[in-house]
Amino acid sequence: MTRKQKKMLLRILISGGLFVAGEVAAAQVWLAPALFLAAYLIIGWDVLYKAARNIVAGQVFDENFLMCIATIGAWGLAIYDRVTGAASMVGYDEAVAVMLFYQVGELFQSCAVGRSRASIAQLMDIRPDYANLRRGEEIVRVDPDEVEIGQIIVVKAGEKIPLDGVVVSGETTVNTAALTGEPAPRDLVCGDEAVSGCINLTGLVEIRVTKPFGESTVAKILDLVENASSKKARAENFITRFARYYTPAVVLSALVLALVPPLVVGGWGVWFHRALIFLVVSCPCALVISVPLSFFGGIGGASKRGILVKGSNYLEALADTKTVVFDKTGTLTRGEFEVVDLWPAKGVEREQLLETAALAESYSDHPIALSLRRAYSVDGKERVGEVQTRAGSGVSAMVDGAQVLVGNAVLMEENGIKVTVPPRAGTVVYAAREGVYLGAILIADRVKEDAAQAVAALHRAGINRIVMLTGDTEAAGKEIADQLGLDEVHARLLPGDKVTAVERMLEEQTGRGKLVFVGDGINDAPVLSRADIGVAMGGLGSDAAIEAADIVLMDDRPSGLVTAIRVAQKTLRIVRQNIVFALAVKLGVLLLSAIGYAGMWQAVFADVGVAVIAILNAARALNTKNL
Amino acid sequence: MKKVFKMQDLDCANCAAKMENAIKKIDGVIDANVSFMTQKLTLEADDDRFDEIAKEAAKVCRKVDADCTVLL
Repeated sequence: MTRKQKKMLLRILISGGLFVAGEVAAAQVWLAPALFLAAYLIIGWDVLYKAARNIVAGQVFDENFLMCIATIGAWGLAIYDRVTGAASMVGYDEAVAVMLFYQVGELFQSCAVGRSRASIAQLMDIRPDYANLRRGEEIVRVDPDEVEIGQIIVVKAGEKIPLDGVVVSGETTVNTAALTGEPAPRDLVCGDEAVSGCINLTGLVEIRVTKPFGESTVAKILDLVENASSKKARAENFITRFARYYTPAVVLSALVLALVPPLVVGGWGVWFHRALIFLVVSCPCALVISVPLSFFGGIGGASKRGILVKGSNYLEALADTKTVVFDKTGTLTRGEFEVVDLWPAKGVEREQLLETAALAESYSDHPIALSLRRAYSVDGKERVGEVQTRAGSGVSAMVDGAQVLVGNAVLMEENGIKVTVPPRAGTVVYAAREGVYLGAILIADRVKEDAAQAVAALHRAGINRIVMLTGDTEAAGKEIADQLGLDEVHARLLPGDKVTAVERMLEEQTGRGKLVFVGDGINDAPVLSRADIGVAMGGLGSDAAIEAADIVLMDDRPSGLVTAIRVAQKTLRIVRQNIVFALAVKLGVLLLSAIGYAGMWQAVFADVGVAVIAILNAARALNTKNL
Repeated sequence: MKKVFKMQDLDCANCAAKMENAIKKIDGVIDANVSFMTQKLTLEADDDRFDEIAKEAAKVCRKVDADCTVLL
């Protein structure tokens, strides 16, 4: 508790004591009202003061003012009853009770908001406090802001990497959990890129800084999450608009209630009392606090899981996702080619086929060549003679003195070699030596381990159209789609076609359903911005991805999208609960009090009690651990 | 120019919304955002009159809730 809150607690206790004393001495004609008045002033002086001050400043309909009218009105009624002997059933104690209850509620509210604020701040505790700057032989501890590009910083085991840079000496393992939400260790050696915000686990490293602190990963993430609340969700705008009309409307109806019925049926005291109740209920605070708080909590909780959401509006839209469009390479698949299968010709060993092909491709940097060399890791460059590259079709090389051809069907056909087409789709490389066919090698992009699981979970989450876009052949696309359980594949797309495909799907969308596009954020910026929500994957260390997308998954597992959607759905559920709950209680109490079934107590509950409950409910959005 | 200011003792969410609306109406303000959660005011306004506008914004905030101060 802050000092302000402690002071308030003390006032509540003293005032509460006087209130009880007043109740005990209720029979005393003068003592009881005196005790109540003292209790009232102790608990309510600041409300009275603020109301007066705000009226002078031209702010009429604020909480303080409404509480003042309600309680002063109650005093007035009590005196009126005493003098005239009428029976509107209002005692001197009512004003005190209302004010007391109101202040208890406000205190609760302030504590609850304070706690949520603190836990969100804790979630985002990735800001480094210092950097160990090397100045010659000396190491000085400085503010990360003061470090300039090109300077060397030292990061010891257990410390946070304060700025982005390149490792220049030492090696270590770092934990990326603060950024990705997954406690996955990463090894860093000389020359590797070090990302700020990771925790150095084992060794001491020296890093040459490549970006000023303001542009480092950590600063960018913090900036992004903190500013996310400025892009407001529809629900938030609805609430602020609603609040603007709600309060004047309730105050106006209070006025009507105080004046009209008594003119018809009489009983000024009773109707005046009911009107006072209206005033107490007229504050929209429960809604105005809890809705943004829920979104803020959801965004904070998501960032804890390595999901950066750039605005409440995106979180809100994500909860309505009906279509998910994945780019294939780098998103569902790893984006690395691998040798998947071999079909040697009759009389040829598998090993021999792979060896020959890998050697012939020894000098190429083509992804296919790299995958062949990864599969056959023995180095044998000295066995390779002259190499000729045939652009777009393959290579011709001298291996162990024999002419070897490695490439696609076109290359084989040109050289009059008959090939056997393998039964599986994908990128096929054929090999031949001295005009004799050796066999076929299938090279494909491996799907990510959790891709199938993620697709199944998306289906379960109510997403009924999961689409993959690829530049590959239909057969290759279809095979992956079947493997993962996707609903649709659009194959043979050039980068420009992807935008068109997404636009067509956007047109096919009905109702409030939203379309999410997931890409690697590197060359699909136009598609990311065209979709309702653009999600970029593998944001860790990729500025382009962070810039281009609405939502960034820090690591590169597709299941991150499932978590993001679950966080969004939970947040929206909480928002809806709060709106419905607060409005239902408020309208219910208004209705009941208009016909005389609800008193001041219920009204105060409808004001601060509901606010406290809504805030506590909103705080649940922060907890994303089990999603 | 865009600048972020810290706010002190911003205790009521409805006030934050009111402040935001009032600041947006100040002449020369391009955009403004008062975040109740982070207790921050983000102000985007004309460059040449920025300081003047920031002062005006602080005054508007005080008018809505006299307890709340914008740390300029």
